[in-house]
Amino acid sequence: MLFARQSPVRESILRFAMGNALAIKNYLFAFVGFCLLAGVTGAPAADELTGTLKKIKDAGSISVGHRESSIPFSYYDDKNEVVGYSQDLVMMVVEAVKKKLNMPNLQVKLIPVTSQNRIPLIQNGTIDIESGSTTNNLERQQQVSFSDTIFIIGTRLLVKKDSGIQDFPDLKDKNVVVTAGTTSERLIREMNEKAGLKMNIISAKDHGESFLTLQSGRAAAFMLDDALLAGERAKARKPGDWVIVGTPQSKEAYGMMMRKGDDQFKMLVDETIAKAQTSSEAEKLYQKWFQSPIPPKGLNLELPLSDIMKELYKSPNDKAFQ
Amino acid sequence: MLAAGLDWNIFFRPAFDGSGTYLRFLLAGFEWTLLLSFLAWILAFVIGSIIGVIRTLPGKFLPTLGAIYVEIFRNIPLLVQLFLWYFVLPEIIPGLGTWFKRGLSPLLQQLITGVLCLGFFTAARVAEQVRSGINALGSGQRGAGLALGLNLSQVYRLILLPVAYRIIVPTLTSEFLNTIKNSAVASTIGLAELSRQSQQLGEFTAHWYEAFIAVTLLYGIINITVMIAARYLERVARLPGYIGGKN
Repeated sequence: MLFARQSPVRESILRFAMGNALAIKNYLFAFVGFCLLAGVTGAPAADELTGTLKKIKDAGSISVGHRESSIPFSYYDDKNEVVGYSQDLVMMVVEAVKKKLNMPNLQVKLIPVTSQNRIPLIQNGTIDIESGSTTNNLERQQQVSFSDTIFIIGTRLLVKKDSGIQDFPDLKDKNVVVTAGTTSERLIREMNEKAGLKMNIISAKDHGESFLTLQSGRAAAFMLDDALLAGERAKARKPGDWVIVGTPQSKEAYGMMMRKGDDQFKMLVDETIAKAQTSSEAEKLYQKWFQSPIPPKGLNLELPLSDIMKELYKSPNDKAFQ
Repeated sequence: MLAAGLDWNIFFRPAFDGSGTYLRFLLAGFEWTLLLSFLAWILAFVIGSIIGVIRTLPGKFLPTLGAIYVEIFRNIPLLVQLFLWYFVLPEIIPGLGTWFKRGLSPLLQQLITGVLCLGFFTAARVAEQVRSGINALGSGQRGAGLALGLNLSQVYRLILLPVAYRIIVPTLTSEFLNTIKNSAVASTIGLAELSRQSQQLGEFTAHWYEAFIAVTLLYGIINITVMIAARYLERVARLPGYIGGKN
């Protein structure tokens, strides 16, 4: 009935389709013309949007990936809002994007990510930028691109104050917990082989569970990035019972993650970070998150600004340490 | 679609922990998954059968006990149960708990916890299958057996259970397949089983897609093997006149 020969519905569908066909034809002409023009004038103009910026402009929104409990980098506070050092920095990037695209009302979508899904979500376009506590390394650089470094950590140990453990050699024959998939896990396993420390290594699911394993007495020490250890300690019932000790075993550079090969977006992100670091803005953020009381419990991480961080703030760069 | 194409050579690169290639690394996880699933299944089958049988016994006390067991273990999420077994139980049993936490190697702790948790959880489900298998036979066979002068234990061993188990082979197969898939929860307490190893592979190589595809295939291989074996068992065990059997 619907598609009977003389049906008005059918006619209108046909008209609509033909109209579109004509429109498509026009577009094709325009496109061919544009290609010819581009061929003559060379590369597209410098201010033409490509990649992520174009996607953001077209969608009218930017999707920012954040972590849920990477204290104090990116986490939910007691009001269930995303806060942290990395979050403050990425909001500066968002402001820069708004300005660049001239879209003051750009919608910002905050999407929680985990260490398992953050790379696939960048690659498939679900998020445009991830800012949390992601280490920039060479393996990941084959998959995604990293911004200028936003933080540099050293991997150290969290132990009970009266445990008598001062440094890594004291871990001989002890149980040590690490979070699965972290650089610390790789380092401690290597150390176990080379130095013959006969440690039992437990790899827990996430930082919270690692700390629980330490608190329950199953492990004598918890190895992780020093800044994150300070964050875990702040969550303890009695933070004073726990101390961070040991010679840093590695340095790691945290960066924001973006899609690979998108130079236009990366340049904007890098410019924003470099501007914050060379002015006093980044240092103020450091004081806010590492040397003042932070939500949810109002604890102070009391992590002094390291020399290597001072160096970074003086000369911003996107170099990976491994 | 992908920023970088899939790179299958990743499985032949050396693993981060020096144990060999990443293929070997994944297969080590595969072995732990098999070990955990089989041990848990044995436990589930034994306890599940006992609970299932006592739920069909005459009287009030034992069937109620069985019902309480089933409702507790099947109504608490598996992940929560694992957390209780691993973190809470050792804290509330002073002597034994401390010995468990300090005296045993972490790997043994993880395996024992995983087997107990998964075994007791699945037992509740197996118990329900066994109970319904026995109930499916109706009261006639039980009554006939008792009338012949067999005692209750003989009625169960010689008449009811041999038929009930045959009837529930297909549903028990599903439970076993579920046990294998549920064994992935043990990754949350640090047991390096298959799903954990694939996550590690992703973390250290950043090749997430390859890791997920490989782990899917490996779970597929285990489950298809179990399915084929169960089909065979069904064919061998079926009785004429009952479900799956020819008249």
